[in-house]
Amino acid sequence: MAISIIKPGLLDTIQDLGRSGYGNWGVNPGGMMDTYAGSVANMLVGNCATEAVLEIHFPGPQILFEQNALIAITGADFSPMLNDEPVGRWQPVVVRKNTVLQFPRQEWGARCYLSIHGGFDIAKWLGGYATSLKIGAGGFKGRSLQKGDELTTKENTIYFAGWLKEEKNMRGLPWRISAENVYRLPNEIFFLKGHEWEKLTGPSRYSFEENNFIIHPSSDRMGYRLRGAALELIEKTELVSSAVCFGTLQLLPGSELVLLMADHQTTGGYPRIGHVVSAHLPKLAQLRPSDCIQFHMVDQETAEGLVFSRQQELNVVRRSCLDHLKDMVCPK
Amino acid sequence: MQQWFAENPFEGLKDVIAAYSSLSLFYDPVRVKMHYPTSARVFDFVRSRLEEAWQKTSGVFPGVHTETLRIPVCYDDSFGQDLSFIAETNHLTKEEIIRLHTSDEYYVYMIGFLPGFAYMAEVNDKLVIPRKPIPVQVAPGSVGIAGSQTGIYPMSCPGGWQIVGRTPVSLFNPAAAVPAVLKPGDRVRFYEISREEFEMSSEERL
Repeated sequence: MAISIIKPGLLDTIQDLGRSGYGNWGVNPGGMMDTYAGSVANMLVGNCATEAVLEIHFPGPQILFEQNALIAITGADFSPMLNDEPVGRWQPVVVRKNTVLQFPRQEWGARCYLSIHGGFDIAKWLGGYATSLKIGAGGFKGRSLQKGDELTTKENTIYFAGWLKEEKNMRGLPWRISAENVYRLPNEIFFLKGHEWEKLTGPSRYSFEENNFIIHPSSDRMGYRLRGAALELIEKTELVSSAVCFGTLQLLPGSELVLLMADHQTTGGYPRIGHVVSAHLPKLAQLRPSDCIQFHMVDQETAEGLVFSRQQELNVVRRSCLDHLKDMVCPK
Repeated sequence: MQQWFAENPFEGLKDVIAAYSSLSLFYDPVRVKMHYPTSARVFDFVRSRLEEAWQKTSGVFPGVHTETLRIPVCYDDSFGQDLSFIAETNHLTKEEIIRLHTSDEYYVYMIGFLPGFAYMAEVNDKLVIPRKPIPVQVAPGSVGIAGSQTGIYPMSCPGGWQIVGRTPVSLFNPAAAVPAVLKPGDRVRFYEISREEFEMSSEERL
């Protein structure tokens, strides 16, 4: 086995980029809350973007490496420590067998991602590795990791054990990805207007962009509950259910606002007043209860433009990670 | 239209979800743009496909394969926690509620909310009842009524529908090749079983 859980964290689950195509069975895509951090974690260790990673909330787990491993930790900063030495984040790190990884402090962000070279060896369910907690299927036995759980990796394609220096427990490889661009202006979230946006009163539409909303403690992977300015509809409407997605803003009775996240239900019957743009979902995923959000409406073109430039960035990251790893394996 | 997309997908199309009166397309704009280069917005491309689907399927019902299924329900008091509420509110006896619930054939409009949760309609006018203002925890297999809809909770969760009974049948089986038993377009008829029959039936496969 590659790793085992000495002490479980609050919510450690196997996730990937989500399983699409099953909405008509009521099965939503699920997957990583922060797809940018999760994707980069895979790229840093030379994995395909579709490999499973471990999504970790705070308090995090204590993980024992049963073998030498090439790992990367991205996303939130939970001060990762390997046997009392700080571990570099957003960079590939070779760790020695029998060392213990833990996360003593939450410095920034809400979810961090641990990838391992080769990818976690998890059985697929409906074509993917993501854990569906509600159904109890997918990921590692359909649940979060518990004490004693053991995870294996698939075959290594890089021999990295030789990169560890004697008497050192780890070695951070000399390149790091700067994710500053992705998470800057963390509280400013762009959205596209939703189907029922026009059903809001004029003052409410104004209020929505002018005021901040605070993330309520009862928020989780299914959705963030937001508290802020009271929003009103021009007239009370009963809607029939229709599809919703990660980032959809629903207005519930009593003026409660719910921002659907990765584990959202496939359909909903509440007014959809907006949708957070895809490019801002990663930084949204790193916000925590008590953080505030200021929404800003953009148009379709802007939203698409952001997705395309994000993809360009990811392509550059992937290319550069692969090149660096190749150089390490066969130095010129 | 959903059937049309199944036969005529486009690169980057991730899912097509049919609901009561809407069809939603989920797509990856990067993949769409890569395969269908255009200076217009990807959104416009996808919209044009939707319009094409709409035109090509207007007035034509391709005869999607659907089934009529009979689902057993035990209306025992311990399973139908809200039977007395419905009886009182709608001035019916428990027997009348069961008779009305089992005498109609219901149409499955959509699956959503939970894996395998089928929105079925319409129940007899006498059974129409509002949902609960505050959801309560319901057991898997709980059969409920809300407004003029009826449905079955495939798993334990907070639910706002008025519960009339429970079925021993599993509506969602993650291990199966096709995990959801019901699909939009299917028809369902309920029939009553006794408490003993409920206890005796192991996982029934329809």
